[in-house]
Amino acid sequence: MKVLMFGWEFPPHITGGLGTACFGMTKGLLKNKVEVLFVVPKAYGDESEEAVRLINASDVLIDIHSKENLEFWKNITYLEVNSSLVPYVGPEAFDNLVSQDIKEEYETNSSVFEAKYIFSGKYGENLLEEVARYALVGAQIAANSQFDVIHAHDWLTYAAGIAAKKASGKPLVVHMHATEFDRSGENINQRVYDIEREGMMAADRVIAVSNLTRNIVITKYGIPAEKVVAVHNAVEPVEKLDLVEYTSHVPEKIVTFLGRVTYQKGPEYFIEAAYKVLQRDNNVRFVMAGTGDLLEKMIRRVAQLRMSSKFHFTGFLKGDSVDRMFGMSDVYVMPSVSEPFGISPLEAMRSNVPVVISKQSGVAEILQHALKVDFWDIDAMADAIYALLRYKSLPAMFAKYGAKEVDNLKWENAARHIKKVYADVL
Amino acid sequence: MRSICFYFQIHQPYRLKTFRFFDIGADDNYFDDYQNRTIIKRIVERSYLPMNKLLLDLINEYGSAFKVSFSISGTALDQFEQYAPEALHSFKKLAETGNVEFLAETYAHSLISLYDSNEFAAQVAKHSARIESLFGLKPTSFRNTELIYSDRIGEKVYDMGYNVMLTEGAKHILGWKSPDFMYCNAVNPKLKVLLRNFQLSDDIGFRFSNQSWSEWPLTAEKFTQWLQDLDPKQQVVNLFLDYETFGEHQWAETGIFDFMKKLPQQILARTKYKFDTPAGLAARLQPVSAILVPNTISWADEERDLTAWLGNDMQDEAFEALYKLLPLAQKTQNPELQKKWLYLQTSDHFYYMCTKWFSDGTVHKYFNPYASPYEAFINYMNVLSDFTIRLQNDSQHSDTPPSEVPDLYIKKRKSTQTEVKNSPQAGLTAETSSSIADLEVLFSLSKPKVKQFIKNIDIQSLAYSIYDRSGAELEKFRKKLPESYNEELTRIISEIKRPRKSTIEHHKNKISEFIRSLF
Repeated sequence: MKVLMFGWEFPPHITGGLGTACFGMTKGLLKNKVEVLFVVPKAYGDESEEAVRLINASDVLIDIHSKENLEFWKNITYLEVNSSLVPYVGPEAFDNLVSQDIKEEYETNSSVFEAKYIFSGKYGENLLEEVARYALVGAQIAANSQFDVIHAHDWLTYAAGIAAKKASGKPLVVHMHATEFDRSGENINQRVYDIEREGMMAADRVIAVSNLTRNIVITKYGIPAEKVVAVHNAVEPVEKLDLVEYTSHVPEKIVTFLGRVTYQKGPEYFIEAAYKVLQRDNNVRFVMAGTGDLLEKMIRRVAQLRMSSKFHFTGFLKGDSVDRMFGMSDVYVMPSVSEPFGISPLEAMRSNVPVVISKQSGVAEILQHALKVDFWDIDAMADAIYALLRYKSLPAMFAKYGAKEVDNLKWENAARHIKKVYADVL
Repeated sequence: MRSICFYFQIHQPYRLKTFRFFDIGADDNYFDDYQNRTIIKRIVERSYLPMNKLLLDLINEYGSAFKVSFSISGTALDQFEQYAPEALHSFKKLAETGNVEFLAETYAHSLISLYDSNEFAAQVAKHSARIESLFGLKPTSFRNTELIYSDRIGEKVYDMGYNVMLTEGAKHILGWKSPDFMYCNAVNPKLKVLLRNFQLSDDIGFRFSNQSWSEWPLTAEKFTQWLQDLDPKQQVVNLFLDYETFGEHQWAETGIFDFMKKLPQQILARTKYKFDTPAGLAARLQPVSAILVPNTISWADEERDLTAWLGNDMQDEAFEALYKLLPLAQKTQNPELQKKWLYLQTSDHFYYMCTKWFSDGTVHKYFNPYASPYEAFINYMNVLSDFTIRLQNDSQHSDTPPSEVPDLYIKKRKSTQTEVKNSPQAGLTAETSSSIADLEVLFSLSKPKVKQFIKNIDIQSLAYSIYDRSGAELEKFRKKLPESYNEELTRIISEIKRPRKSTIEHHKNKISEFIRSLF
């Protein structure tokens, strides 16, 4: 079995969890004897190719005079959205390698028979423009390659998936890693929502990363339930050698929030819970690692509660610093308001850090060795934190079983479910 | 003459309400009245009352030919009194027939037999007294919590004055032997031991309504035939069951009540079996051999051991924390604390913390108020922390009502929020209190951080801050300082003459502020 997969990023060039998930999934599929042709907007050349044949979308020759492509262009609406509404806006601004007027140029210049589009592969301002161009490439690749099924990850690639389906007649599976509701709450970006819905309607199957996401897809997008399958994410095993021991330099215990400081991640609930804990237990420090549009508001709230001497903001943490942060932590809290899956608690557990996670997360559906609370229930959250700091056997239990539990969440198993989904549509 | 011994366990724990850590020291009401009342009322209505009536009818019909035995925990009796007095009344009526034996156990269905002999005896005595006052008969047979038994426990039970005890006919203690004989304790043969026939007991208790069971549906005729088919030399078939089997585990719709109604009639008409109680059997039967149980057993789960209550880190920590209180608890004269001490020992609290059912056990989930064993543990420990404080306060000054939070915790800053909003002064005080802690951080700074520190803080402030400090930590810290700086520091400190407290505080704050900026 061979699958044509459309992604947006691939390790080591990742800005969110999507690239990591795609990498693990393709490796898992390979173990299940599924070949993967992975298309990314811009391949740098140093991506891991152990599992897949990577196709750089920028290298694909496009015959813009072919009839289908012209027709496809006609059906594309150029959409430009404010960058703040776009997911995973990285620190890098949109790298405008493609000139604004490239489309008109190609449309009017009939002397050009073949052209290469160069993709930036970054999340940025002209994202929707890239999404549309990516679709065009998708159709071309589909026409030129041999495969059995198409698999598209998140809305950015759905247009490419649809185009590939039209060009090849092969079945399409789309994968919902996050919905627009997870990213924006109720104030959704209508155009993104429309792209998501269109992709799911056109698809033969929709894979959701959790039952939580599956329900959103069914109730808020009106996708027929029988078409939607939940397949939980997994994690890549880590060589034990990679786990470096980091120790804290403060005498107090450390409770950590790590993630984007945005509505979706529920940082304010973490602060309110911290306040409750600090009223009783002074031997603890709280850390909020990450950045986002709510950061300033959070800093103000912490100051207002007069706990700045015990509550610290680190800003955006990268690579090594993330591991160090986990290494220093005694408790990891993920109070997400809405989390389609949520990989970070698994990373914490792998470092033997006990976790408190919101029940409104996909990962809560599969974890047993975690304390689960409703994101709004700051009493329960504070209680869970306090207990982990205070009752010694709790962290001992989590250390004993947590890492083991995470190690058992193998991509190989998740990929087996995905393969079953492919088989269903063939 | 072969006998059938029906014994029913009736136990209900006092379930705890959600008790947060900020309730510790602030709330002394631990139990979930609403939940306990609801469960008791439901179970009394669905199970205990209809089954009691059925048994009473059978006794009236068959007279002395039909007998059963009960063990009702003290926590169940207390809750009947509180929420369902009609249940107590109904059991009293059964007692009046003289065909019902009531067994002794620990008052709160606790695990104390595994911890302390004296307290074990005291809790049994308390239960025995309660049974006697309610039903008019002093128990002579003993049933430990969830049939927990070992040679050692049996020995103690005999010393308490009981001559027969019930336990599980676990495969691993019986080997090739049959449970259907009278046995005796391996240490003290004077204690007779009755073993549960788990095969036949579980046919009624667990499998009765299981439609995928090859013997389903189970009828009184079929069950009687099985009894009849047993080797005639066997003395007694012990059918030990949870009383909730009737009407709760097996709903009325499964036909369980009809089955029980017909069974005595079938048995008495078609076989030579007689119904008897543990006391009756103890008087009549001589043990065929001793039963060796060096390791403690129970009737729980496949393992028939203690792992449902003890063994994981949480259960063990909770158990240790609880029984660390034993000396204090034995001293207290406060009846409210005495009662809570018993109720908090109920084995169910530990059962809820069991992690075994992550893989199996739907049974453990039954009536379990918690979503996970972790929640069960946290809630229990919070309650126990509060109880500990109250017990300690009680022992320190037994006449003042306990309400204080111990030094362990920082005092609850109840009005911090409003104070802070209104006056900047209050905010300062809050910060001052943490400056001591920040100074500790200073001592643990790395060398490069120390360098950064002395660049930004004037030596005067540092001198004042450590003026009243000494010890190894300070020495270690000073070793990280450049030599010339250190000498200068010593000089300045020696020049400080009786500084004002506020001056020191001022400098400490300055340092704290900087340290915080480092993190």
